[in-house]
Amino acid sequence: MIELEEVGYQINGKWLVRDINLIIKNGMLWGFVGPNGAGKSTLLRLISGELIPTTGEIRFFGKPISSFEPKELARLRAYLQQKRDINFPFTALEIVLFGRYPYLNGTKETGCDIAIAHKALRQVEADVFAERLYPTLSGGEASRVDVARILAQAPGLFLLDEPTNHLDPKHQVQIFNLCKSICDQGKTVITAIHDLNLASMYADQLLILKNGVSVACGPPKSVLTQNMLTETYGVSFNILPHPDGYPCVMPNLNIL
Amino acid sequence: MQKRTKILLILIGLLPVSICIAAGIGAYQILPWKIPRVLLFQEDGFAVLVYVRFPRVVLAALVGAMLAISGTTLQGIFRNPLADPGLIGVTAGAGLGASLWIVLIGGGALGMWGLPIAAFACGMLVTIGVWKISESQGKVHTVTLLLAGIALNSLAGACIGLMTFLADDEQLRSLTFWLLGGFGGATWHVVFVTLPITIVGVFVLLQQASALNAISLGESEAYHLGVPTETLKRWSVFGVALTVGAAVSAAGGIGFVGLVVPHLLRLMGGADHRYVLPGSALGGAILLILADLFSRTVVVPAELPVGVVTALIGGPFFLWLLIRFKREVFL
Repeated sequence: MIELEEVGYQINGKWLVRDINLIIKNGMLWGFVGPNGAGKSTLLRLISGELIPTTGEIRFFGKPISSFEPKELARLRAYLQQKRDINFPFTALEIVLFGRYPYLNGTKETGCDIAIAHKALRQVEADVFAERLYPTLSGGEASRVDVARILAQAPGLFLLDEPTNHLDPKHQVQIFNLCKSICDQGKTVITAIHDLNLASMYADQLLILKNGVSVACGPPKSVLTQNMLTETYGVSFNILPHPDGYPCVMPNLNIL
Repeated sequence: MQKRTKILLILIGLLPVSICIAAGIGAYQILPWKIPRVLLFQEDGFAVLVYVRFPRVVLAALVGAMLAISGTTLQGIFRNPLADPGLIGVTAGAGLGASLWIVLIGGGALGMWGLPIAAFACGMLVTIGVWKISESQGKVHTVTLLLAGIALNSLAGACIGLMTFLADDEQLRSLTFWLLGGFGGATWHVVFVTLPITIVGVFVLLQQASALNAISLGESEAYHLGVPTETLKRWSVFGVALTVGAAVSAAGGIGFVGLVVPHLLRLMGGADHRYVLPGSALGGAILLILADLFSRTVVVPAELPVGVVTALIGGPFFLWLLIRFKREVFL
């Protein structure tokens, strides 16, 4: 369980996020949505411990994040970044094996670690390019290898910043199905996401952010309303029912 | 056996071979396979081997190992395959220390130790300056570290230029020779002072291998994998400053070893730092032994500065690498 209490983060006099109170239970898939610059990534990085909140406190299992050792924390949570560039000729498998870093003490990976890495690659259908050099992979292939890396890290909390960027619809669905199955094992996924329809289909809970402040929080059906979205994004939306029961969100042509 | 293990074993085997070959060749020729006998039974050539050739060859090996492993480390920290061991200011700082010593104090002061100590101290000072400039709130910003390094490098370069302007003919000659680098002054004393620094520095840098692997994903990714990134940077810069400072103090400015050797290793066996770090230490040692051998045998009885040799071989070789392996080197 993760608790955020009055969390705020300020840099150069500007509040990037402010007054966030949140309790995230295990086994849930959370989506952070909101316009560009709303503070979604900042909030994820605060939860990961990379940024230290200016105000308030974030706790894992009742203990403040700052009380964990770096490696201990890395076994509890993994973070998938949006942009990445790797300039060295590592193979995809080696990149995934870096996910095992928090379990090694500078020692060599065991057969067990390598098996975990291969399994992670298979879960994202990336095992076919395990031996290819990471910098030669396409954007989508590289994204899947990165997902495999955090799967190999095997944490209880997955923090994903736009995990479906660069992915075709099939692999978008695949990644989110994977997230679902992770949640079914009692683990937690928090993802920043722009695609409101994917958020609507998959998230158990959504947090809508605007200018660093939480404007709505709840299941997709209750927060993805016309008024809420229009106010948040500054463009009007049509909300249609998807045959499977999710709200289906389409922006209108004219900007307000 | 894994390919990387094989490469490392081959390098371990090549090191003593290249030491023996280099020790045997010179004005007085000793065949490499006769060296053990000459040493054991103090046959003809014993004095040449023990007092002239071996200190020189061993010093070249130490300096080569230190430069190459430092280059690998900085490339890892900066996540840039073009980083060079001089980037954090230690080379230019040492050059500045040496030129100040030669021109303002006089090369002979404090005997043979004055110049290397001045070079080492000044190299450390400049690196500490680079570090302090890029540090804020207990964190070091890597891009600032790089930029501060470049800025202080050119500042130190300008001061060296000023010193060459002020120098008289004799000072200018010793300054130029020092800056070009060479092992002409190698003695067992220099080797024994350099050796512990090499051992400590190489040991410190080898410890960073796994963390350097993780940081090639990016600094924040490394943090999320549990790498204490600030500790990694501090130890790496410390190790690099120590080893490069010692290398430059012992042998002057020798370029390209720290740039070319890690690339060769990566091309042969991939980018895993647990292999590239020890591999480049071995490879750098071998390369510099051979470069020094070349520098003292090609224009007998004169000697080419070894820095010129490494740049003459390293420059075109590096260009060839870039062109030939454009796709694998990833600029």
